[in-house]
Amino acid sequence: MNKNHRVPSNRSLSAVEVKSKFGAEFRRFSLDRSKPGRFDEFYGLLQHVHRIPNVELLVGYADVHGDLLPINNDDNYHKAISTASPLLRLFLQRKEEADYTFGTNSLTRKKNTVLSAVLLRPDATRKKTPVIISLPKDFRPVSSIIDVDILPETHRRVRLYKHGQEKPLGFYIRDGSSVRVTPQGLEKVPGIFISRMVPGGLAESTGLLAVNDEVLEVNGIEVAGKSLDQVTDMMIANSHNLIITVKPANQRNNVVRSGGGGGGGAASGSSGRSSDSGASYYGYSSHGGVGAAASMPSHIIQNFPVGEPESDEDDEDLVIEAGGEAEPIRRASSNYSMPSLPRYEPHLNLRAAASSTSALSINANGTLPTSGSSGSLSNANATSNTPSPDRAVDRRSLEEDGTVITL
Amino acid sequence: MFLPLCFRRGSSLSQRYQSSQNLPDDYRCGKSLGPVESLQEHPQQSGKILIGYSRGLVVLWDLSTRHAEQLFLGKQQLESLVWERSGNLFVSSHNDGGYSVWAVTNGNTYNHQPVSSTIPYGPFPCKAINKILWRTTQTGSPVLLYSGGMPRASYGDRHCLTIQQDKEHVTLDFTSRVIDFFTVHSIEQDKEFDEPSALVVLLEEELVVIDLQTPGWPSLPTPYLAPLHSSAITCSFHVSSVPPKLWERLVNAGKAQQSRQYAHRSWPICGGKNLAPQPKQQELLLTGHEDGTVRFWDASGVALTPMYKLGTANVFHTDCDPSDDPQDPSDDPDMQQEEEWPPFRKVGCFDPYSDDPRLGIQKISLCKYSNKLVVAGTAGQVIVLGLSDERSDHLVDVSVVDLLQDREGFTWKGHDRLDPRLKPAPFPPGFQPLVLVQCMPPASVTAVALHAEWNLISFGTSHGFGLFDYHRRNAVLARCTLHPNDSLAMEGPLSRVKSLKKSLRQSFRRIRKSRVSGKKRPIATPTSKVQEANAALAEQEDVAPIQRRIEPRSADDSLSGVVRCLCFADTFLRDGTHHGPTLWAGTNSGSVYAYALEVPGIGLGRVCDRGGAGESSVCVEAVLGKEIQLMHRAPVVSISVLDGRGKPLPDPYEASQDLAIAPDMTNAHSVLIASEEQLKVFSLPKVSAKTKFKLTAHEGCRVRKVALVVFSSTAQEDYSEHTLVCLTNLGDMHLFNIPALRPQVRYDCIRKEDISGIASCVFTKNGQGFYLISPSEYERFSLSAKVLTEPLCSVQLDRPLEHLASDGTTPPQANGTHKNQLGQAEGQTEEPPSSLSSPMSDTPLDSPLSCADLTLDSTGEITVEDVRDFLTTVDEAENNLKNIKEEEGRSTGILIN
Repeated sequence: MNKNHRVPSNRSLSAVEVKSKFGAEFRRFSLDRSKPGRFDEFYGLLQHVHRIPNVELLVGYADVHGDLLPINNDDNYHKAISTASPLLRLFLQRKEEADYTFGTNSLTRKKNTVLSAVLLRPDATRKKTPVIISLPKDFRPVSSIIDVDILPETHRRVRLYKHGQEKPLGFYIRDGSSVRVTPQGLEKVPGIFISRMVPGGLAESTGLLAVNDEVLEVNGIEVAGKSLDQVTDMMIANSHNLIITVKPANQRNNVVRSGGGGGGGAASGSSGRSSDSGASYYGYSSHGGVGAAASMPSHIIQNFPVGEPESDEDDEDLVIEAGGEAEPIRRASSNYSMPSLPRYEPHLNLRAAASSTSALSINANGTLPTSGSSGSLSNANATSNTPSPDRAVDRRSLEEDGTVITL
Repeated sequence: MFLPLCFRRGSSLSQRYQSSQNLPDDYRCGKSLGPVESLQEHPQQSGKILIGYSRGLVVLWDLSTRHAEQLFLGKQQLESLVWERSGNLFVSSHNDGGYSVWAVTNGNTYNHQPVSSTIPYGPFPCKAINKILWRTTQTGSPVLLYSGGMPRASYGDRHCLTIQQDKEHVTLDFTSRVIDFFTVHSIEQDKEFDEPSALVVLLEEELVVIDLQTPGWPSLPTPYLAPLHSSAITCSFHVSSVPPKLWERLVNAGKAQQSRQYAHRSWPICGGKNLAPQPKQQELLLTGHEDGTVRFWDASGVALTPMYKLGTANVFHTDCDPSDDPQDPSDDPDMQQEEEWPPFRKVGCFDPYSDDPRLGIQKISLCKYSNKLVVAGTAGQVIVLGLSDERSDHLVDVSVVDLLQDREGFTWKGHDRLDPRLKPAPFPPGFQPLVLVQCMPPASVTAVALHAEWNLISFGTSHGFGLFDYHRRNAVLARCTLHPNDSLAMEGPLSRVKSLKKSLRQSFRRIRKSRVSGKKRPIATPTSKVQEANAALAEQEDVAPIQRRIEPRSADDSLSGVVRCLCFADTFLRDGTHHGPTLWAGTNSGSVYAYALEVPGIGLGRVCDRGGAGESSVCVEAVLGKEIQLMHRAPVVSISVLDGRGKPLPDPYEASQDLAIAPDMTNAHSVLIASEEQLKVFSLPKVSAKTKFKLTAHEGCRVRKVALVVFSSTAQEDYSEHTLVCLTNLGDMHLFNIPALRPQVRYDCIRKEDISGIASCVFTKNGQGFYLISPSEYERFSLSAKVLTEPLCSVQLDRPLEHLASDGTTPPQANGTHKNQLGQAEGQTEEPPSSLSSPMSDTPLDSPLSCADLTLDSTGEITVEDVRDFLTTVDEAENNLKNIKEEEGRSTGILIN
């Protein structure tokens, strides 16, 4: 995938030296840098070398900046391998007793405190609390680049997940004109553009949309010939699961497809492909895991054929059955309690969890019930390939009884 | 046709005339004689014309000999001229509010003094008499009719027309500007007298016809030209296939009303022959007005004919008339003539001023089988009325329903509720109020539903909705729909003005922008380049601020609690085996509440269980069955329940009286919920989504109005389909089949800028609809190939001088949309201007043909400015022509606007 570009060509070392620490024990082994394999193989290897076959592990590594970063999927595993120079230091923990917090300066801090204790300068460093990178279980996708393989390179299709959360989508559109190449030559045509980003909004924090990007499609429907108000209404109507195809004003960060194209090319470009977005997700880690989510898009890639905009997961309506002879219900809408949540087992895939949260979100104010989404991202990878049929079965079984129903 | 020709001669005349005659300098305007104000052909000798110059000079000109026969030296600035029938007299009206009668006697070339000169409303300064008519009668002295001339200081702002004959003197006081008037009189050459039978006054807002033969000069009811907007239209409601019984009673009630105000003579204008076949069924259009009246119109044919007018103001105690019956006409001439000078008489029904804006009607619902009418208004009043043929004095029952339901932290800052009248009031035959329900807080009613079979009404405001049993006179249910964060709901209508102002400003800006960019194309002179650059600059400036925020609707959007629709249905709400009465309510924030109702004597089960209890003691009960929150939170526009075959449930009484096919109660029902963004069909009783169509997500348009309509096949007599019709904010109609919600066809219908047109649209049950194309005109459209209402008529033109417009049959017009602006007269096709039965020479300024060639091909788009723009390009040599035409241009513009 991206290793061809990551590995400096002058480095002839084909093996990566690995030093893995679990508790007080160290293990040393090596990996082939050119053939790192997959994360689950690596994970099995770690369990094997430490002789802890049935222990759930959290895997972290120290990157070049001395930050403790997680390894929990193929992408960050490959990144860890490719950036190891020359030693890859791993830190393993039992999942249930995890006390590491991933984040910048998380490793160097310890050294510093030792050092500062020596230098009798404790105050200066104690104030500087590290930026926390949360665990993957706290993450959920907020945005992704999709359909890279079918779109022209100059276009970008961005999906914004608004799980009924509080954070605003946070952008404005305007009308304007853009220049198109037509058989008659260059021609000015009216177009819709992103005019403003709200600081701290979802759109800005993804880093995937920018001011003056031209909006070409909304959820698979071309906006050409539509008025600003029409496009506004289309976007708002799709705001739960908004997929915008833009022509970025800045064309320098475009995804460059690897020569093979095809199946492998489906991997998105945002996973550290370009140095810009790579930098951005470290930077955005302060926004509660936004960057981290952006760094693992391979789990949430979905191909949306043009003209078939989306699945129906976005707008499940909430139906409340009133109990028999009861008084007419007078409670405020914020009181809808959700007693039936246990139905959502952790094994449900991420998207099901997302839909459950979107159904709940009006009441829960966007806070995600962790039980609902604790199906980890690696599980989601497997299940998201089997989308609607059995999810529909899941749903149907949910509809059968219970006082709260999501449709 | 006649006018320009005449002017050419007139101008050559004035030059010769100047050289040969010596005139006082007062009458000259430089070298010429100044603008011509009036031209009148001699009534007996067609070769002679009377030319009136603005400065007061009047010349009798002989066209054949090309010389001035007589001169009349008026002292005052001239406004208009009129011949007496014999040609021995003419009358001139003047700028100072006076008129003069001049004798035309042969051999007298110079006339310095008129026979008589009067300023009728003197001695204080008066306004000009714009037009005067002099009509002779066989029985007595001539009838003098003139507009204007009122004392400037005291009544200068009134729009008046005076009729005088001997001692009889009436000043007709209109509510809008007098544009023109003429009399209907005999035009046969051999008759000695004019014998005027009627006076027709064209006002800015209406047409008034006065009967000149009946003593007291009463006004005549207009059969098809009644102004719709006598008070601003606030809502409308359509009833298809009205039962003959109800129709007859309405007609009688209307006749009883009219007999008190109007003359009984027949309509004096022949508007041609109506060739349209008799309508197969009677249709009613009910319009609610700002002043609290509901007007019933016969909408069966092409023209809307007024049938009956219902006032609701008399249910309340209003400031202006504590004791009078407000329905009584106050235009009894004897009452007022004694004391007042001038002897004003209010004429015409256009009255834009409402006594109390709270009286305005917001929602109407009529049950055509039980003759129950529900009318709901701006101050939260809901009135249930029943039809009665007898006059009745009774007290209306009043109940107050608190929709806030002890919700704390809200105080209503809007208007007070209306005070109900405490004493019994007399109610004329027709619809008489039975019960008055007042919502608290008294916010405007936003939805109303009537189920006459269950004796229930339901009503909603921005705060919640209520259910009322008007048979037992008790409130069944009140439910608050307010969201806790909604602050705007408390402030009444005032605070909404602010945002309205803002949006108005924006739309004006947009209009200005489009006008600027549209106009600059045709002209490309160097001077216009600067303007062009400026326009481009302005355009850029304007483009920048137009941006739209993309945010999903959140729960605390303002006015989320507004109840948008209510619906009664007999369906399965609680389980799949027992159906019963239900009430459905949808709000602005995408919530739907479904209540199961227990109506004594209706439905299965309950009543039988209770068995022994007498029906009167059992109350209607409402139990919340379900609440649905649409995830996309768009306002719910309409809710309707479909039966087992996917057909809409019939109206109350239709099934029980075998007037419609009974609904299928064996298969599962479903409910169709249309929000502004999506159409969705849910199964019942378990509310699960069956089909949906996301209109906004696909098209970017929002649903404004929705109706379930039956389309009948043109080919097969007995085949019909139920279809969902959606009017969107872009003014187009989308048709969907039900319950599959597959898009069928789409039509452009209303201009998307025409917000009031879209808001005013009502659908009929069979695929037609009405919307306001102006405050005073309904456009009727048809989406059905089967049900068309076409104007078919013929007009007999009897104008010997005319060479054109001869064949006399107007081609049938397509059932118009906004593009077909020539169909403007559609509702009133029998009113072509040429149908006036008086000779056109009477009113040369308003000859429709003289202005027709200027404006004919752009009727719809033309504005006053456009007319002026055109006129300024007219050659300078035609100065005289221009002056008069400009006058005309102005009135043309107003007519169109």
